[in-house]
Amino acid sequence: MLKGDPLRRVLYIDLSRRRSWVEERADLFEESLGGAGVAIRLLEEECPQGVDPLEPENPVVLAVGPLVGLFPMASKTVAMFKSPHTGNLGESHAGGRSAVAVRMAGYGAVVIRGASPTPVYLAVEGDQVHFRDASALWGMRSSYTVGGVLRQRESGSGMRTIMRIGRAGERGVTYACVITETYRHFGRLGLGAVLGSKQLKAVVVSGRRSLPVGDRRAYREAYDGIFQAATDSPLMQKYHELGTAMNVLPLDAIGGLPTRNLQAGRFEGAEAISGERLAEQYLGRRLACAHCPVACIHLAALRIPHPREPYFYKTSMLGYDHEPVYAMGSMVGGSDVSGMFQLMDEAEVQGLDVMSTGVVLAWATEALERGLISTRETDGLALTWGDYSTYMEAVRRIVTQPNDFYQALARGVEHAASVYGGADFALAFGGNEMPGYHTGPACHLTYLTGARHSHLDSAGYSLDQKAGSKGETLTPEGVAEALLKEERWRQVLASLVVCFFARGVYTPDTVQQALAVAGFERSADELSRLGAETLRRKYDFKRREGFDMEQLRIPRRILETPSALGPLDEGFLRRAMQFFIATQSEGMGNPCEGQTAQPSQGLGLVK
Amino acid sequence: MAKRLSVVDVDRCVGCQSCMFACARRLGQGGLAEACIGVRSAGGMRRGFVVVVCRACPDPPCARVCPTDALVPRAGGGVRLQADLCIGCGNCVEACPFGAIFWDAGENKPQVCVYCGYCAPYCPYDVLAMEEIEEMADVER
Repeated sequence: MLKGDPLRRVLYIDLSRRRSWVEERADLFEESLGGAGVAIRLLEEECPQGVDPLEPENPVVLAVGPLVGLFPMASKTVAMFKSPHTGNLGESHAGGRSAVAVRMAGYGAVVIRGASPTPVYLAVEGDQVHFRDASALWGMRSSYTVGGVLRQRESGSGMRTIMRIGRAGERGVTYACVITETYRHFGRLGLGAVLGSKQLKAVVVSGRRSLPVGDRRAYREAYDGIFQAATDSPLMQKYHELGTAMNVLPLDAIGGLPTRNLQAGRFEGAEAISGERLAEQYLGRRLACAHCPVACIHLAALRIPHPREPYFYKTSMLGYDHEPVYAMGSMVGGSDVSGMFQLMDEAEVQGLDVMSTGVVLAWATEALERGLISTRETDGLALTWGDYSTYMEAVRRIVTQPNDFYQALARGVEHAASVYGGADFALAFGGNEMPGYHTGPACHLTYLTGARHSHLDSAGYSLDQKAGSKGETLTPEGVAEALLKEERWRQVLASLVVCFFARGVYTPDTVQQALAVAGFERSADELSRLGAETLRRKYDFKRREGFDMEQLRIPRRILETPSALGPLDEGFLRRAMQFFIATQSEGMGNPCEGQTAQPSQGLGLVK
Repeated sequence: MAKRLSVVDVDRCVGCQSCMFACARRLGQGGLAEACIGVRSAGGMRRGFVVVVCRACPDPPCARVCPTDALVPRAGGGVRLQADLCIGCGNCVEACPFGAIFWDAGENKPQVCVYCGYCAPYCPYDVLAMEEIEEMADVER
C-alpha cells in the first residue's frame, strides 16, 4: 500500500454509545486488498457466534478497495453482516456513488456496531462523524421522500452517497433492502432490516481528496487501457443500450425464464416486458455509478393518470433491470407493463428487495390457488396471476403485517412454507429467493452452493447457456469444478470491488497492472490464493453459523418444470454438491491450480 | 484563439464523473481533490445532471472581485490563477454564479479550469467539447 493511502483507515461507529473512532488496519488491506476479502475478516472479528441478526451485537461492515477512485468500474461497496433472512452470512454489493464516497471520505471500511436507543442517521463528512436525529424521518411512507429530505439537508452534492432504508427495514421485513442514490441497492439478504433494528435510518458519506499513485505514467497508461476496453466492448455497449433486461427474450426463447412461480420456463408476455420493448416505449434516462462509463442503469418514465382528477398525470422515473422484470413480471405472470412498473415502485417506496418480494407474491398466489391458504389468511386479497393492484396492496401488507400470514410472508417463502405448507413450490435456496434464471443444473447449483445464494456468486446461468449453445453435456463434477473456480476468482474482483459486469475487462493481467499502480504488487498466484482464501473464510463463517450444504433443501418445482437444458435430476445436483464440498475442503493445499487461466468472459447471453 | 470547455449536450450526461477523475489525473493524481469540473444531480438523479465548469466569461466576475489580482483575465475569456498572489479570501467562489470555482482545502486556494481539454475525450457520451470562444461570442449559453 502506498504511503498516505487512506485505505488503511477503518471507521468504527458505535451507535449504542454514539461514539466513533478510526483504527489503522493496514494489515487487513495488505493481506486481503479490500471489499469482500477485508469485510469477511472484519465480520469474523465483530460478529459473535450465534448472534440474533436483529440484535445490536450484529455488526454491519462496509468495505471498498484500492482501485476505487483510481480506476473505472471499481464502483461497488461490499456490505457484510449476519442476515436476518437466512440466519447466516449476509453479503450484499451496491454501486451508485457509495464506493467512491467512502474512499473519498478517507476510509477503506466502516464498521457499525450496536444500536441506537432512538432513530438516528449518520452523516460522515470526511473526518467528521455526526449522529443526527431521525425521529421525524422514521415511519415516513416513501423511501423517495427520505432521500429527498437528506439531499436537501446534507452537504456534498455530487460527492456523496445517501444510503437509506424504507419502512420495510424499520419493521424488520427480513428481505428489506438499503437504497443508495435512489436507483441502486444493497438488495439482498436483509441489510435494511439490520439497519432498522439499529434504528439507523440512513448513512450519508461524503468527501473529496487525492489518492497517491506509484508511477504517474504507468497510471495513465493502465487507466487508458481499462477505459478503452470498457467503452469499446460490445458487451458493455449492450449493458448501456438495453441494460440487463436484454436477457428477457433470449431466456424465454430457450425456456429459462421463470414464469408463474416457475410453473413454466416460457412466458407468453415476454415480448411485452422485454428489454427491447421497455427501451422503445419507456426508457427515459440512463445513469451510471460514480466512475463507470458504462451507464447500465435504466430508468423508465412512467406517466400515470390520476384515478379521479381529469388531465392530471404523475410521471415517475423507475429503475428496471432483468431481475426486477422477472420478479415482478414473468414470475407473477404479469405483462401489463404499467402495472409491473407500479409494483416495482411500491417495493421501492417500502424499501423491499424486489426479487424476494416477487417470489413471495408468486408463492402466495400459488398457495391460494391450491387452497393451502384462503382469503382469510390473505385478509381478503384474492391474489391472482398478473393482478397488479392486488399485488400492490399485498406488498403494503407485507410491510404493515396486519396478521400472522403477512408476518410469515415478511420472513420469506422458506419460512411461510414451513407454516402453511407448499415447500415444494417455495423457491428459495439456502433461504434466499431464486433469481430469474431456470437455464439448467448449473444455475441452481450456483443458488445452492454460492456463499450468498445469489446468481452472481458463480454465474451458473452462463455455464448452462454455453453448454446449451455448444451442445455440450454437463457433468456434476465439471459443473462443480467450474463454479468453484469462478466463485474463487469473483472473490478477487469483489475484494477490489470491481463490478462483475466488468469482469471481461478486469482480466488477471489487468488486475495486476492496476494493483501495481495502487502500490499492491501481487502475483497471479497470490491473487488466486486470495480468492480461494476469501471464499474459504466465508464458508467457515457459514459453517460456524450452522450451514450444512448436505442439508440444503432443493425445491421440487425446479425438478418438475423442465429447464432450458431439459428436466433436472436431483441426483445430479446432489452429486455436484458433494463434489463441491470435497473440492473446496481438499483444494486448500493447492487452491490456485488452474486459477491463473482466464476467468469466464461475459454474460454468456450476448455474443 | 482562446478555447474553452463547453457543456454541449448535458441531457446525455449519465453522471459517471469520468471527466472529474480525468481532471485530477491530468496532474497525475487519483481521487477528486484536484477536479475543476463537477457533476451533480439536478435535484435527485431522476432529474438528470448538472455539469459545472468554468465557462470562460469574457469579463469574469471572479477576477473583478479578487483583491490581489491573483485571478488574471485571459485574452479571449476566462481566467488564469497566479497562485503565489492568492491570499485565499474566497471572494471568487462567491462571485461565480455557476459555482465553477472549486476550492483546494489543503492549499486554501481556488481551483479553476485551465481549458486544457484533457477531460473531454473521457466523456463517453459527448457531453463535453473544446470550442473556440470566438465562435460562441453571440450564442447564449
